[in-house]
Amino acid sequence: MKIKINISSEILTKPIMAEAILETGVLLNISQAHFDRSHGEVVADVDSDKFDLMCKSLTNRGAVVIKLDVPIKWDETECVECSACVSVCPTKVFSLAEDFSLVVDDKKCIQCGTCVDMCPHNALSLGNNK
Amino acid sequence: MVKKTIHEINGKIRDGSVNVVTAEEMVHIVGELGAEEAAKEVDVVTTGTFGAMCSSGVWLNFGHSEPPIKMQKVFLNDVEAYTGVAAVDAFIGATQISETLGMDYGGAHVIEDLIRGKSVHLHAMSHGTDCYPRKVLDTTLSLDDMNQAIMMNPRNAYQKYNAATNSTRSTIHTYMGSLLPSFGNVTYSGAGVLSPLSNDPDYMTIGTGTRIFLGGAQGYIVGEGTQHSSGGGFGTLMVQGDLKKMSTDYIRAANFTGYGTSLYVGMGVPIPILNEQIAQATAVSDAGVTTKILDYGIPSRDRPAMRDVTYEELRSGFVDINGKEVPTSSLSSFKKSRIIANELKDWIAKGEFFVSMPVERLPKDISAKPMKQTEGIAIVSDIMAVNVVTINKDASVYDAAKIIQDTSFNHLPVLNDDKTLAGIITAWDIAKAVSLNKFDLVEDIMTRKVITSNADEQVAVVARRLDLNEVSAMPVINKDRHVIGMITSDDISKLYARRS
Repeated sequence: MKIKINISSEILTKPIMAEAILETGVLLNISQAHFDRSHGEVVADVDSDKFDLMCKSLTNRGAVVIKLDVPIKWDETECVECSACVSVCPTKVFSLAEDFSLVVDDKKCIQCGTCVDMCPHNALSLGNNK
Repeated sequence: MVKKTIHEINGKIRDGSVNVVTAEEMVHIVGELGAEEAAKEVDVVTTGTFGAMCSSGVWLNFGHSEPPIKMQKVFLNDVEAYTGVAAVDAFIGATQISETLGMDYGGAHVIEDLIRGKSVHLHAMSHGTDCYPRKVLDTTLSLDDMNQAIMMNPRNAYQKYNAATNSTRSTIHTYMGSLLPSFGNVTYSGAGVLSPLSNDPDYMTIGTGTRIFLGGAQGYIVGEGTQHSSGGGFGTLMVQGDLKKMSTDYIRAANFTGYGTSLYVGMGVPIPILNEQIAQATAVSDAGVTTKILDYGIPSRDRPAMRDVTYEELRSGFVDINGKEVPTSSLSSFKKSRIIANELKDWIAKGEFFVSMPVERLPKDISAKPMKQTEGIAIVSDIMAVNVVTINKDASVYDAAKIIQDTSFNHLPVLNDDKTLAGIITAWDIAKAVSLNKFDLVEDIMTRKVITSNADEQVAVVARRLDLNEVSAMPVINKDRHVIGMITSDDISKLYARRS
């Protein structure tokens, strides 16, 4: 399952993820990370049955953990099937069928939000993190 | 030699015997029968395109209020419309953005809302005259309440359009969408095989007065569009149509992140097949329409071309750039373009739409000029400071503090032993080091990722880089990464202050 780890500026320089991985022995597969002066955000995959353990360990170190269980939402009434989203998606969620209809395979979505910025028709959205 | 007249074709439309096909179907028909036989068989070829067309808008007439007003400024849902014409006429343009919502809502959205039957809030101001005494007006209007709502698009339906990519190391947001770093993707516009002007590149039948499909209604070509550049194959059309009869299936507002609003316009142009030359022209396929991939990472009017590319390659999903397979995205909807070509075909087959000859043909072999600029374009080397105080990365934080104190320079470029740029240190970095009680070497506290500029860059481009990165100064470096100057936001302010 996918999770988002929010790290506030006070603990930004501390290796809290490394510590949590060592402490729990649970693996985190990081798919994206963003840091600036004000905060940090990391999106990662973790085994569903190990989530509670990892969440507790990260939370103890000051991070805020959110489950990302809703993939990209496609609003078919706003979509004009231009295919702008196709080339920016890192995991090939979007493709065009033979008849140029848009096909959305949301199981592949890592919820990075790149397509949300790209879509000219506000037809793509992320429920809980964008 | 085939020779048909518009009159004959319209006769066939009237009696239901017309043979009308889409430009996609025509590729195969000419392929099988040859142009001459195809010209005998086929009477009309329909084209279609559905994409972002920024140069679009609507002329509105609101009717007169009591007492009347001569509008000097008018806003529709907080989006300004141009009313520097008669009292209650205004032009709402697609890319004008909301005073309150910014890029989230613009003229294009006002247009879409009106077609959807929604009411919009009108706010107008005037200084009042003897004949038009009212000074302020607020009301709510829907499309039905207006006398006219005439879509009038100065530049639509580009014959073909340059594709876009990005050579830089960061994502850029453009009217061609998000362009990912290091040639991460390519975006393109236009309908290729179905593109109206690509199917009649010599303008044999398309011109002033041609009846067309516009936004789901019948419209007309006014003439050449602005920036019409037929010489290079970049012809454009100025078109008009009645907004009151249009549908949101074919007119849609759009937002391009970081750029603003635009209008997706659906248009279809019928091409009467009067002879085999016209039949041959309509046989053009995606492989026969070539454009260029431009590097939008270079913020210049003359963006460098990476390579030529056909619409066939673009539509395949990948193109090769410098040996790398780069994914492509269309910004125009080919599915919608096809629906439009088929809808227009239907209208003609059912006898609801008649073809026309232009009263004037579009100009051929002309090209759009770049702007004449009477003020010189300032470049970085004109205004950068050349006396730069630098510091070695092995110097102490104390030394850095002393230099800043003695010279009153706020930014010190930090150099490696070979004099190349290693980082930058500011008074803020020193204050931070002091607050952490960290009095080590400059190297330990400097910012390593330095935002830099080159001496031959345009000041306007560099000013935007300062702004985007929220820094107030940048080292100017040469190709060996030696610091040859500094440019600060103060230098830039002075340049513009001097001009105004």
